[in-house]
Amino acid sequence: MINVLAAAEWGGEFDGVLDDINALFDFPFIFEFTIAGETYGINRTIIIAWIMMLVVGVVFFLGTRKADIVPGKLQAFIELIVDFNAGIAHDIIGDKGKKFVPILTTFFCAIFVLNLAKITPFMMMPPTGRIAWPLFLAGIAWLIYVGVGIQQQGFLGYFKGVAFPSGVPWPLYIILTPIEIISTLVLRPATLAIRLFANMVAGHILVVITLVTPWIFLPSPAGWPIGVFTVIAGPLVFGFELFIIGLQAYIFSMLTAVYIDSSMEAH
Amino acid sequence: MIEGSVNVIGYGLATLGPAIGLGMLIGKALESMARQPEAAGMVRTTMFIGIAVVEALALLGFVLAFAL
Repeated sequence: MINVLAAAEWGGEFDGVLDDINALFDFPFIFEFTIAGETYGINRTIIIAWIMMLVVGVVFFLGTRKADIVPGKLQAFIELIVDFNAGIAHDIIGDKGKKFVPILTTFFCAIFVLNLAKITPFMMMPPTGRIAWPLFLAGIAWLIYVGVGIQQQGFLGYFKGVAFPSGVPWPLYIILTPIEIISTLVLRPATLAIRLFANMVAGHILVVITLVTPWIFLPSPAGWPIGVFTVIAGPLVFGFELFIIGLQAYIFSMLTAVYIDSSMEAH
Repeated sequence: MIEGSVNVIGYGLATLGPAIGLGMLIGKALESMARQPEAAGMVRTTMFIGIAVVEALALLGFVLAFAL
């Protein structure tokens, strides 16, 4: 089964022996270059990311170039996105949340378009399905909320607040302190990254299976009803994936806001 | 004779706990939204945070099925 999936993914010419799922996510280099003895390569994932970056850049540049009081169509669309993130920041962080609207919008747009490559024709591969992308984004979120904590409460104050939450009888600190330190400084970014990564991996496998099943079953004499079923189910799967894409972008940006809020003041 | 990976059964089991959790969470959130429609926005935000936390467990099961 995985051989067939890989063949579909690689353009129908794949004849190597595969025994794991990585073939759906690992693409050969299109060209390679060497800097200081290390070999780097450009593959499909990074090209998709560049194209998506260009799309967002161009849309935002065109939409905000001649910003007007009465917005045009594109400007209204951009204002909708920014307003949505401003709403998240205001609901969760409160009045101080205004200065975090740019980073939340950046997270939202970046994750949305990188995920959208999953169901975009001729791309069909989410760059966020490689762990490097979610890990990098979660690392930025980590730097921001730890940075905000240090800025608001001072270096010692923030880490004291993390390790020793107030309002707890002191014997509980024996159990609570390691849990709080690990959960705030390690588990938060790890779950941010893994949530996005696992959703995109699962979604990518689901989309590939949905697209490959008709290709296998429609010509078969006994299995054609399965092929017909998957042809009908295909658009539904794509719609479901679109929902997941938006939800993940929303949750990432909202959880970042929640973490920033938790380091605004000692709890 | 059936051949396969036990990991897949493990992932199937790992979805059950979060499924119960999500059912209770969303059900309670809908209940409270129906009781107090004016608090719907706040309930919805908190619900999504809860969903994100519960979902992380299911996804850990999914990732570990491939990783181990």
